[in-house]
Order: sequence, then C-alpha cells, then structure tokens
Amino acid sequence: MTLDLARWQFAIVTVFHFFFVPMTIGLGVMVAVMQTLALVRKDETWDRLSRFFGRIFLISLAVGVVTGIVLEFQFGLNWSAYSVFVGNIFGAPLAIEGLLAFFLESTFIGLWVFGRERLSPRLHLATIWMVSVGTILSALFILAANAWMQHPVGYTVEDGQAVLTDFGAVLGNSTLWASFVHTVVAAIATGGALVLGISIWRAHRASDDVERDAFRRGAAFTCGVVLVAVILVAVSGDIQARLMDVQQPMKMAAAEALYNTQNGASFSLLTIGNLSGQPVFQIRVPHLLSLIADLSWNGQVLGINQMQAAESARYGAGNYTPVLWLTYWSFRAMVGAGVLMILLGAWGVWLGWRKRLVQSRWFVRAALAGIALPIIANASGWIFTEAGRQPWIVYGLMQTAKGVSTVSAADVGGTTAAFVLVYSILAVLAAVLVVRAAHHPLDRVDEPSGPGEAPAAPRLVY
Amino acid sequence: MATLTGLSALWFALIGLLWAGYFFLEGFDFGVGMVSPLVSRDDTDRRLCMNAVGPVWDGNEVWLLVAGGATFAAFPLWYASLFSGAYLALFLVLMALIVRGVSFEFRGKFQDRRWRRVWDVANFAGSLVAALVWGVAFTNFAHGLPLSRAGYTGGLFGLLNPLALVGGLAAVCIFAFHGSVFLALKTSGELRQRARRTARTAGLAAVVLLAATLVGVAAGGRPWAGVSGALPGVTPLLMAVVAAVLLAAAVLLIVRSREGLAFVATGAAILLAVGAVWSLMYPMAIPASSGAVVPGVPGITIGLAASHPYTLTVMTIVAGIFTPIVLLYQGWTYWVFRRRLVRPLDVPAPVQATGGH
Repeated sequence: MTLDLARWQFAIVTVFHFFFVPMTIGLGVMVAVMQTLALVRKDETWDRLSRFFGRIFLISLAVGVVTGIVLEFQFGLNWSAYSVFVGNIFGAPLAIEGLLAFFLESTFIGLWVFGRERLSPRLHLATIWMVSVGTILSALFILAANAWMQHPVGYTVEDGQAVLTDFGAVLGNSTLWASFVHTVVAAIATGGALVLGISIWRAHRASDDVERDAFRRGAAFTCGVVLVAVILVAVSGDIQARLMDVQQPMKMAAAEALYNTQNGASFSLLTIGNLSGQPVFQIRVPHLLSLIADLSWNGQVLGINQMQAAESARYGAGNYTPVLWLTYWSFRAMVGAGVLMILLGAWGVWLGWRKRLVQSRWFVRAALAGIALPIIANASGWIFTEAGRQPWIVYGLMQTAKGVSTVSAADVGGTTAAFVLVYSILAVLAAVLVVRAAHHPLDRVDEPSGPGEAPAAPRLVY
Repeated sequence: MATLTGLSALWFALIGLLWAGYFFLEGFDFGVGMVSPLVSRDDTDRRLCMNAVGPVWDGNEVWLLVAGGATFAAFPLWYASLFSGAYLALFLVLMALIVRGVSFEFRGKFQDRRWRRVWDVANFAGSLVAALVWGVAFTNFAHGLPLSRAGYTGGLFGLLNPLALVGGLAAVCIFAFHGSVFLALKTSGELRQRARRTARTAGLAAVVLLAATLVGVAAGGRPWAGVSGALPGVTPLLMAVVAAVLLAAAVLLIVRSREGLAFVATGAAILLAVGAVWSLMYPMAIPASSGAVVPGVPGITIGLAASHPYTLTVMTIVAGIFTPIVLLYQGWTYWVFRRRLVRPLDVPAPVQATGGH
C-alpha cells in the first residue's frame, strides 16, 4: 500500500513540476533572445515583447521553483532505501545542481526583476542569460542523475550500496547527453509554442498597428524556432531510441507492445482493442520500428516475452514487464504531439513566407491549441521513460519495490492528497494568471537609464 | 566505511555551514514575513516589506536545497533516515515554503483586496510555520531523538515535545527579531520606526526563549558524549551563550538606532546557534536520546552515514571551485540592492495604495 501511494506521490509531484520546467527553460531562452535582439538591434519591439513574455516566464518560474523544492526531498521522504543505495552517486549531481544551477537562476532572477533601473542595459541582459544558463544546467545535472537510473555507469556495488568509481563516466553517460539534448530542445519548443500561440492570437485581434506589427514579428520568429526545435527533438529522440534498444530493450518492446522478437518489425500508429497481441484493429507502418531501433530495414527488435525470459534468467524469477498500456499510449501521445507540432511549425513558416501569417483564422486556432501540444508531449515523454524502466528503479540494480521508505500508508496517502489539492489550486491560479498576462497590453518603453541616472530608491516590483 | 575520516568530518562541517547560511539569510526573509502584519499600516507598507526581501529571497532559499542535496550526496543514510523519519514535519515545511514562495509572485497580480489578503496570510503563515518547524527540528537534534532499529519512528507528535516547542518558539522570535532588524535597515520613515519597535519586543522574547532552550537541552544531558570524537560540552555551551549574549546586545543596539551593527549581531547569533547544535551533535548525524539503530551506538554516526571517500573528494573539488563564485555573485546582489526602500512619493501615508503590475 505504501509502495503504491509512494509511486503515485512521486508521479504526481514530478509530472506537475515537469509541466513548468520545460516551459520555464524555453521561455527563459525566448525572453533572453528577445532582450538580446532589443539591445543589439536597438529595436523597441523586441524590448516590449521581452517584457510581455517575461511576465509569463516569471509565473511559470515561480510555480516551477516551489514545486522543485519538494523534489529535492522526495527521495528521502518516500524512497529512503533507494536513497541509501544510490546516495553516493545520485546525490552528487543533485548537490551540484543546487550549487551550480539553482544559485545561478535564483540569484540572477532577483537581479533581472529588480535590477532594470539599477544595472546597465548590458548587465541587465547578462542577468537573464545567467538565469537561462542556470535553468539549462539544472536540466543537465538532474538528467545526469536520472540517466544513471536508466543506464548505470561508473560504479561498483559494495556492502549493499552503489559506490561511485568514475564521476567522469556518470557525466559522460551516453544516455545523459541524448536525453539532455532531447529535453532542452523540447523545452525550447515548449516556450516557442507558447510565444507563437499568444503572439499570433494577439496579432490577429490587435486594434492598433504597433501591437499588430510587434506580435506578428514575434510570431514569425517563433514559427521558425518551433519548427527547428521540434525537428531536433525528433532527431535526438531517434538517437535515444537506438540507445534504448541496446541499454533497455524491454522499454523499446514496451513502447510498441511488441510481444515477440521480430526482424523488420512494423510500428503501430494506434491500436483498438487491448494490447495483448490480438488487437481488434490496428494501423501499422511496416519496418518502421526496426528503423527506429536499429536504423536498418530488417533489424531485429527484441520482444517482451523474450526479454521477460532473459531478465528472469539473469535476475531471478519475477515480472520484468512494465505496464504496457501506459508505455504504449504515452509513447504514442509523445510522438503524436511532436508530429503535430512539426506540421504546425511548417504551416506557420509557409504562411509567413507567403506574408499571410496573421490572416489565417484557422492558423490562429491551431497555434492557440498548439500551446498544449508540447505540454502533453513533455508529460507523456517523462511518463514513458520512467514507466518503461519499471519494475526497476535503477535498471538492473534495484527494483522500485525495494526502494521505498518504511513510512505508514496513512502518512503517504494523506500527504499525497494534500499535494493534489494544493497543486490543483496552483495549477488553476497559474493558468488564470497566464491568461491574464496574455491579455496585458504591450508596455510602453521607458527611457533607457544607465546606472548613473538610477533613481535613489529601488522601485517596488511586488 | 564505518570509520570517521577527515573528509566526512569536513562534509559534516560544510553541511552545518550551509544550514547556518540558510538560517542567516532565509531567517530574515521569514522574519520579515512574520512581522509584516505587525509593522504595516496599509497596502504600501506591506508591499515595502515584500520588496525589502524581493530581490534576494529566492537565492536565499537555495541554501536549503544545497544543504539537502549535499546531505544526500555526502551522507545518504542521514538524508534517508532523517527525512523519512521526520516525514510529516518536513512535509509541513515544504507546504509552508510553497505557499510562501508563490505569494511573492502572485500577490501583486490583482488589485482586489481579498486576493492580496490571501497572499499576505500565505506569506505570514508560510514564514511562521517554516520557522517554527525548523526550530523544533534543531532543538530535537540538540537533545537527541528516541531511536529504534528502524531509525526514528516517533512521528510528528514525537518531535513536538515541550522542549522542542520552546526551541521552535525561540526560532520564531529569533527570526522575527532578525527580520525586523533587517526591515529597519532597509526601509525608512515610519515603517522603519515601527520595525525598530517590533525588533525590540521580538529581541527580548528571543533572548529569553533561547536561554530557556539552552537550559532545557543542557539538562537533558548527552548520551553520546562518550563516543570517540565527541567535542567537550563546553564548546557548544560557549557558542550558545555567546549567541544569547549577542541577541541581547542586538536589542541594545537597535534601541540606540545602530541598525547595521544590530543586524551583524543577530546574524552572528544565528550562525553561532547552528554552530552550537552542530558541535553538540558531532560525531553523530542523528544523535539518540535513547535506543539505537546499531546496537551499542547512541545514534547514527557520520562515519556510518558517510559516502565513499571518492564521492566526497569529487564533491570537495566541485564545492571548492564553485562556492567562492556563488558567494561572490550573491554578495554582489546585496550590494546592488543596498539602498533603503522609500515610500513612493505619489502614495500619501495611510491611504489605499496603487501599484502592482
């Protein structure tokens, strides 16, 4: 009971946090780029846009930060046996994340928000880049920790503890770099899709030329960003799939619900009926799974039954198969949302090229709906990679069931309920505030002031 | 792995420094949150309070996250036993930090009075609960926890014993004192005067409660005093007494309008109080008031909890390189925002305020 509740709690607090993380990373980059364009080109439009989207960025950041605090302690709260087992290795990137990334983003965000009048424009620009670098470094170190759970390297096991033997190997883990690139470009696509959706909608309904022109430029720019970013997401995802085929073949098989090893395996777009191997209806693309897994037309993809037998032989009798409906559908939700985003980006780039970006009513609707696509893809991708590793918490070394704390089910259940309640309220408030910020008029640009002419007292921001 | 090495002792000390830094910095954030309703007369005053810590509170809170992460990396068993053992207490702190954290960003988003009231309460209650629970926790560390083979299993109410509650109130008053001195240092006009008056009251309460906690902890004894490596009792005692004396001195200083010096004194008192708890605990990560996890050892020693020397060496190198850089830019932030806040000229004294964005 404690185990199931602990799984639910971890899933809820992680996925909720991960709604905001890619948005924050992506918007951070977008706002920093806009502010850079404003300074380099001396262009008021970009300055206005950076302030406008900066407001939404701060809402996302605030919720991301407070829900991130919970995760720093989640392993100790609910997964203490896991923590003892992996602390030597898993703890190090977590601590380094705090020292290198959290300090950077949290300190410089204060300077960015409050320092507009106190810092020179160049220095003020540098602060948002520091924040952005901080958020990206944070992704790097937490993914280093996660990559080790997916594909442990640079360790030995001594006295029931995994002991670090090669920190370079942990940071050089192939799984880490593939997922780092995948996550960061996905984050940029997430921020980009939000900027695109809001910009195109604002440009469409703008009553004055200044606003229309500003948002049209914002939208045109982000169409390209989204398109390029999502293509890179696909490429890096493909690299991940090939690593997964070697490192976690069971996860690959579970992504497809492929029961038996096949050469030239096909890929199913969707399945109606159950995933037991006898579907009522399926749409399949021949050979695609082999191409994804192995880059070859007739490459072999291991099946669930064969992997189950192989892992039972290696680790002892037991169930080594993930929850298939979850892995199968989360994988499809992720890839499907990604494909739709490529289409959206390509449509936008084509419209922009034809100088008709703002005119198309259908594109406005699609772009607004498109804000949700990367959010769905991010959550599904995270659920897929974590659920696909089950029953392992550290692949091949420790099962999730063995990692849980000895706390009462009542404590875990009660706190989980409280997290659900508080996070639901946060979600509603964040959504309301983002919608409100999206309606905010573009700022008039203040006279640029150097530090010499800074007002004597700091401005009130909050 | 069960031996006490120089590296594990170093990391025990570093984690103590992280906590001390955390309480020094977020201590005044909590304090400002707690005294804001006492010193504010209108919406502008409350905004001034929030803006006084506005540029820095988020960076201050990272000290906690790094303390948590460093404990995980350097002493996995400590991290695991402490946070699963003190499950509901830590949960309370996390909830408090969540509602408090978003209150900064959310409060100004609507002009509505009820909306702002909600976030004022969130900021106040979040600061109060976090300060109280941290005080309770650190008093329990100093006194030792009843342990069994499974670690600490006494639940939340086992932590809320009378002595720990006195310690919790001491932390509330120390932070309220530290925070109102900070406000007096960062604001001007009537708000500054009111902050100074509140500081005086909070300071006197802090001295009394810290002294009471000190007596209670000393009376409880130290079952782990005989463990090899334990420091002589006079070390923590001296630190705690000096902390109390510094708090008393800070009361006198604030009465004489020496706000800068008073802030140095409250800050030093907080550092010393954490130092006292840490030197009292050493060489225990989790000291036992009764019972044991490992038979015959009164608590979980840092030697038992420590990571392998290789991990500690890697961490030492990373911390050695990056900590000075962090201190430098965090210090620079305080320099950039060193000026006092003034009441905006377009807002007359006690009147419904404008503003927010």
